[in-house]
Amino acid sequence: MSLLDVRDLTVAYGRQVAVKGVSFTVERGEVVAVVGESGSGKTTTANAITGLHPASSGEILLNGVDIAGWSQRRLRSIRGHRIGLVPQDPSNSLNPVMKIGRQIGEILKIHNYGDRAGIRRRVIELLTRVGLDDPERRAGQYPHELSGGMRQRVLIAIAIALRPGLIIADEPTSALDVTVQRRILDLIDDLRNEYGTAVLLVTHDLGVAAARADRLVVMKDGLIEESGGVREVLAAPASPYTRRLFQDAPALTARPFKPFDAAAEPAIVVRDLVKEFGSFRAVDGVSFEVRRGTTHALVGESGSGKTTTARIVTRFTKATSGEVVIGGDPVGPRDFRRRVQLVYQNPYGSLDPRQTVAAIVEEPLRNFRLGDRTARRARVRELLERVALSETLLGRRPAELSGGQRQRVAIARALAVEPEVVVLDEAVSALDVTVQAQILTLLEELQRDLGLTYLFISHDLAVVRQISHTVSVMSKGRIVESGTTRQIFDSPQEDYTRELLAAVAEPVR
Amino acid sequence: MKWLSWAVIALVVLWAAMPSLFTGYDPLAGVPAEKLQGPSAAHLFGTDAVGRDLFARVVHGSVHSLSGALVAVAVGLVLGTLLGLIAGSVRGVVDEIVMRIMDVLLSVPGLLLALTVIILLGPGTVHVAIAVGVGSVASFARLARAEVVRVRRTDYVEAAFGSGGTFAGVLRRHVLPNSLGPVIALSALQFGVAILAISTLGFLGYGAEPPTPEWGLLIAEGRNYLATSWWLTTLPGAVVVAVVLAAGRISKEIR
Repeated sequence: MSLLDVRDLTVAYGRQVAVKGVSFTVERGEVVAVVGESGSGKTTTANAITGLHPASSGEILLNGVDIAGWSQRRLRSIRGHRIGLVPQDPSNSLNPVMKIGRQIGEILKIHNYGDRAGIRRRVIELLTRVGLDDPERRAGQYPHELSGGMRQRVLIAIAIALRPGLIIADEPTSALDVTVQRRILDLIDDLRNEYGTAVLLVTHDLGVAAARADRLVVMKDGLIEESGGVREVLAAPASPYTRRLFQDAPALTARPFKPFDAAAEPAIVVRDLVKEFGSFRAVDGVSFEVRRGTTHALVGESGSGKTTTARIVTRFTKATSGEVVIGGDPVGPRDFRRRVQLVYQNPYGSLDPRQTVAAIVEEPLRNFRLGDRTARRARVRELLERVALSETLLGRRPAELSGGQRQRVAIARALAVEPEVVVLDEAVSALDVTVQAQILTLLEELQRDLGLTYLFISHDLAVVRQISHTVSVMSKGRIVESGTTRQIFDSPQEDYTRELLAAVAEPVR
Repeated sequence: MKWLSWAVIALVVLWAAMPSLFTGYDPLAGVPAEKLQGPSAAHLFGTDAVGRDLFARVVHGSVHSLSGALVAVAVGLVLGTLLGLIAGSVRGVVDEIVMRIMDVLLSVPGLLLALTVIILLGPGTVHVAIAVGVGSVASFARLARAEVVRVRRTDYVEAAFGSGGTFAGVLRRHVLPNSLGPVIALSALQFGVAILAISTLGFLGYGAEPPTPEWGLLIAEGRNYLATSWWLTTLPGAVVVAVVLAAGRISKEIR
């Protein structure tokens, strides 16, 4: 008998059927990863198992008992006790006005674990177990006093408090930096070995799934596309969709490094950049050069100063000291905007919701008075074609477009004034892998055809490896190491770079 | 019940536009023989002390109340939004000065402020409307500023500057349109409030001169007959209440 046996599960939101007959099993002590793109129904499936969203039909057998039709009242007796849940976003999942110790104690109290002293002892034990230093002090702290990684450890402590047989982890590390992510996944692995807990890992990150799971369940549009042992599925994916997905995932497919030509003249020169916010130095003496027609990546974890550097390069933030030279000569503020463009991370926020696609792409042309009305119209059509968007979208508003389409519109807007330099601030981080792959290909094509120079800001080393010619690794406002992409990935010199690389999936290391 | 509030407003607007469609009586000339009659089929709202048909007076009076409210809202909307836009987009010292003046305006009771303005301008329907409008400038300015500050921080506004947009151009094309939603909702609410305020000032005798059939004035005139002829105060009052409630309801819907 399997620990969890899901049979023909269907879940609907009103008339919208999100999960359409899904069956899979989880054995004791096993890690099963449910992967898929956004909207594939993976989170809905997880929510149906814990009863957070009722199943429309099908069976959910936990230790052979069907819990699909149980009332919330009955489900409460198994939540936490039999099934532990690790939620996605550690910053929103803890009560901000309740001390850590009490939040962990709460689950013990609900399930009548013991008296107050016993609960207190167990809380300290759990905090120690999930690797928090000075557990006595941590128990008395509030969530805002902890970092994201520490909060996720607290959530894991809550999930394992009653030693459930099954932990459902919904994107447990997506909001965390790569090195923290690795430590959290290691912790989950350790706990599994120690307690024999099975883990249902819901993730969009194929690298994580490949590295951590025993079995894979690939979902698409509410159906299971393919499932089986990780090694088998990775080695020989049966369905064309899975094959595409794996090909598109930068973390699973190593592409050859881009050849770097040091002879080209520099398009961006950054010298001794410093930015202070009060007494805090966000950027601390950063210098690098980017050759014309190449891509330079700034990689680092959150708080490393990479976005601040990008904002100084695009002149949205003033540097405290240091200089940025574009194309070898100083440029005036207005001319500057024609030569340097920025593409944002979030295509949902960077397009005016009230404008049509045509108006958005035309705006830079109007601002710089490039051509008359008809000439501008023609140019807008040309730009849309350039980013592979259909003309039928001209009259749509951003809300009527998908994430990938929106990012294409944002790129078209950036290209409208024929800039020399495009700064891409996490421009593909918010996109699903297949869409991400398409946008990356588009960026490569545009660079080749138009001779663009990219400054590519990212936390994702796998993507960086694929697109960039040169890399600078940033940490705490400084550049710790820089070189060609091949040098950084094949022979890293600094410990910090090695640590970052260790967090990336095997094939691209 | 959504349609009801729209229907009430539509009816009152029609009264103002084509009063003769709704009543055949003259609002100013009375028939002394028919004075102080209660509501009946012939006189829907009854008649007043000099025998004028009250319904006709309410219908013909709607134009005064509505146009007054419109002027009041326009004054508040235009001045308030402009001040809020400037304060929220320029920030710094200008923001501080403008918003502290608004705080002072907010701290004075609305009626007192309106009376002060009327005393400065002199009585009259237009002056009353302006006075009421001035009283609402502060709330419009505060709301508009909050919205502008929110929109100013979005990526698309920064992207617009990044596309070479000028300060005024970006304000006009992106910040203003995206900030206006809640402001429009507030102006619908203020429309109701303004009708009430204008009626109040009319009641106190600062607005239209008798025998103009202004709503507040109608209620004031009926006051002397409160004990004997309830309809003179109650029915115009009910009309005012219905319009104010409908405007509030519509405002909620827009928001």
